[in-house]
Amino acid sequence: MDVACCDSGGNKMNLTKRKFDCLVIGAGGGGLRAALQLSQADASVGVVSKVFPTRSHTVAAQGGINAALANVLPDNWHWHMYDTIKGSDYLGDQDAIEYMCRAASNTVIELEHSGVPFSRLENGRIYQRAFGGQSQNFGGDQAARTCAAADRTGHAILHTLYQQNIHARTHFFDEYFALDLVKDEEGYILGAVAIEIETGIPLLIEAKTTLIATGGAGQLFYNNTNARINTGDGMAMALRAGIPMEDMEFFQFHPTGIAGKGMLISEGVRGEGGYLVNGEGERFMERYAPHAKDLASRDVVSRSIAIELKEGRGCGPDKDHVLLKVDHLDADIIKKRLPGIRDLSMTFAGVDPINAPIPVCPTAHYTMGGIPTNRHGQVVVPEHQGAEEPVPGLYAAGECACVSVHGANRLGGNSLLDIVVFGRAAGNHIIEYLKENRYHRPIAEESVDYALSRLARWDKKGDGESVDSIKTDLKKTMDKYCGVFRQEDVLKEGVEKVLAIEERLQHARLKDHSKIFNTARIEALELENLMDLAVATVCSALERKESRGAHSRIDYPERDDKNWLKHSLYFKEGRRLEYKPVHIKPLTVDSFPPKPRVY
Amino acid sequence: MKFLIYRYNPETDAEPHMQEYELANVEPGMMLLNALERLKAQDETLSFRRSCGEGVCGSDGMNINGRNGLACITPLTVLKQPVELRPMPGLPVIRDLIVDMGQFFHQYRSVKPYLIRHDPDPEIEIKQSPEDRDKLDGLYECILCGCCTTSCPSFWWNPDLFRGPAALLQSARFLMDSRDQGTAERLDELEGPYRLFRCHTIMNCVDVCPKNLNPTSAIGNIKKLMVKHHI
Ligand SMILES: Cc1cc2nc3c(=O)[nH]c(=O)nc-3n(C[C@H](O)[C@H](O)[C@H](O)COP(=O)(O)OP(=O)(O)OC[C@H]3O[C@@H](n4cnc5c(N)ncnc54)[C@H](O)[C@@H]3O)c2cc1C
Ligand code: SF4
Ligand code: SF4
Ligand code: FES
Repeated sequence: MDVACCDSGGNKMNLTKRKFDCLVIGAGGGGLRAALQLSQADASVGVVSKVFPTRSHTVAAQGGINAALANVLPDNWHWHMYDTIKGSDYLGDQDAIEYMCRAASNTVIELEHSGVPFSRLENGRIYQRAFGGQSQNFGGDQAARTCAAADRTGHAILHTLYQQNIHARTHFFDEYFALDLVKDEEGYILGAVAIEIETGIPLLIEAKTTLIATGGAGQLFYNNTNARINTGDGMAMALRAGIPMEDMEFFQFHPTGIAGKGMLISEGVRGEGGYLVNGEGERFMERYAPHAKDLASRDVVSRSIAIELKEGRGCGPDKDHVLLKVDHLDADIIKKRLPGIRDLSMTFAGVDPINAPIPVCPTAHYTMGGIPTNRHGQVVVPEHQGAEEPVPGLYAAGECACVSVHGANRLGGNSLLDIVVFGRAAGNHIIEYLKENRYHRPIAEESVDYALSRLARWDKKGDGESVDSIKTDLKKTMDKYCGVFRQEDVLKEGVEKVLAIEERLQHARLKDHSKIFNTARIEALELENLMDLAVATVCSALERKESRGAHSRIDYPERDDKNWLKHSLYFKEGRRLEYKPVHIKPLTVDSFPPKPRVY
Repeated sequence: MKFLIYRYNPETDAEPHMQEYELANVEPGMMLLNALERLKAQDETLSFRRSCGEGVCGSDGMNINGRNGLACITPLTVLKQPVELRPMPGLPVIRDLIVDMGQFFHQYRSVKPYLIRHDPDPEIEIKQSPEDRDKLDGLYECILCGCCTTSCPSFWWNPDLFRGPAALLQSARFLMDSRDQGTAERLDELEGPYRLFRCHTIMNCVDVCPKNLNPTSAIGNIKKLMVKHHI
């Protein structure tokens, strides 16, 4: 290792350097599952995370992880595949979905073997609950496919994966913030520049392969269920490296965030028998989804709530929320199966769900779009030889990636599955890649310069707007102009507003120029990332002139398979959009052609 | 609302000091973390960790009016003014409310916090009865916030030797897991006068745990297993 130096202006000649076979950026479920695969195969792997690994947002996942174990009701992976494709409103890639659903059972069993404290059935097997959009027999009766550790499944999985990585001696860089990828002229990705948050010292991590696993970008919106750290950093790093973002117009609004606060109330609550009522006390989902009712897929339920509110049938003095009723359930079931939800509800809504209903409202939740990858986790871009050419040395997995298994709408319980299945697959593919690519390539200096200039920009002193006020404006703008329902003139205005905010950001200044644990500087760098993604999201939304899954256009209310059965690709340069076909053909089984979607 | 907050930046301050802050427009339902974020909007240099904002990630443990807790689930209404905020005691301060958790995580990693199996894995789940699974409740939910360990006098005196309540709770989480086959090595690792036996049942840890876990009783259970192990 070279000697440490560097003010954040960065003299790159004596920049601190480390070398690994694989650099994993992100220590959520996706990054940790990949790292484990690599460490167990004796690859040298460095994991960078801007927070201590168990603080990653995976820890907040509640309801569970899908796998057709058939422990409670009959099930098989093919039904799961069908539900996922239908849930995606046919925008999901059917090869990747087949791969994920086939791999699900083994993946969950593997997690159990590594220690995840799943809840149990009388026969000692993993407890499974019903979740939205799940059916038996291709659209028949409700299925119970979501494997749960009470309502703390994300915590259980994240801690277990971290623990297994301790066991496997994975090398961690805790509280390091990745700034940008390092790329050479031939387009190889050679690692990343990060800063140690505690000291502010930059570090160059050279790697033969780099996996981005930085999670979602829920902080794009003011009302969201996400952690403060979900600022889409890895996606923005990819954008700046010339890689497009796929399907950014598809952002999931979860039907049940605590009204006015945002904390998530898991779909598991409805899976255990909870249901929604409007201001007139009506169980309104029966009207919108006569068959699946409250367990229709999320886009459908969120839209239904939004319509109820718009038509004046909300609850409370401002008629701005609906109620999630659970108080008819047995108190013991609530305590045993939903203890975390009960805590959240009591703390943030002042309501004990055993006695009274929880006020809820649709809330920004999940980034369906992201870095385009194939089912091996390789990042793929349109290049000389077609729409999906791998970027050498670069991988992505988890919420930051778009494989795409969620298409236009993700099913609950499929994201935890996505992160472990594709984290593992990426790990395996990297192991193969390393066999063919045994040496580090020389580092392209300009790429390091570029990353360091991002830091230097915030060293500028003087007067300027604060990061905080710009961030608040950006998020409120996204809520207002790019929410559950969208339309042309509103989106056009949204694009203008977002671009105006981007201009303001150029002139923002920090007041805190300390090197030591400078959280203000981290927030500034995060805001730049959100900024790039906000532009990607509104531009992609404006262009897509149809309604599909989470993207509902009032002016184009129907799905239009003839013109729009395709993925968007947004490029930062020139704010350009391209499109690529959906993979309609699965790996082995027959394709599920698009059909009208009813629940 | 009035606050008195511990400030220290080693780059510029010779000594830590307490700084007064005032927050106007406190709204009902606001948590301490929301207040800190608003204060930070006024004074960017005020530094603290935070992430989930809902008490599940363990980032924002701090000493609030003399007692450790998580800012994000502490309602402002329960706090006496001026609200005195300090970093969690017993660990080196990096800056303001941010402590160096290195020692804490070192102790955590030392208890082999992972499932140990010697048998080959079955093709399906390793079965576990609901009753056996219930034994993990109150143990597995720990979020590693450090509130307990940094309020434990035994840890203050011997942070390098005594594992501390959080790490011992994790040890118990695996000792109690019917699937775990590492009992002997776990107990051997805790031998001696310090690692486990420095706990004098002072119960500070139980008082402060924001997840309502009970490290003292977990430690008691390990001590019982230790006695059996010796016979
Ligand atoms: C409240 C809530 C409940 C949910 N419940 C469920 C559920 O029940 N079932 C389900 O399937 N899904 C659920 N989801 C979705 C699911 O939890 C997430 O999509 C998934 O956990 C994302 O995992 P990840 O590994 O991709 O990213 P994350 O867990 O978000 O991890 C991202 C990692 O990247 C690191 N990172 C980010 N940027 C940088 C940077 N610049 N430098 C260094 N490191 C960086 C972070 O430190 C972190 O370690 C839920 C989501 C929320 C918000
Ligand atoms: S009970 Fe034991 S571990 Fe808990 S505070 Fe007291 S001495 Fe520390
Ligand atoms: S036992 Fe409680 S106080 Fe201690 S680290 Fe775990 S959650 Fe925090
Ligand atoms: S911010 Fe996560 S526990 Fe408080």
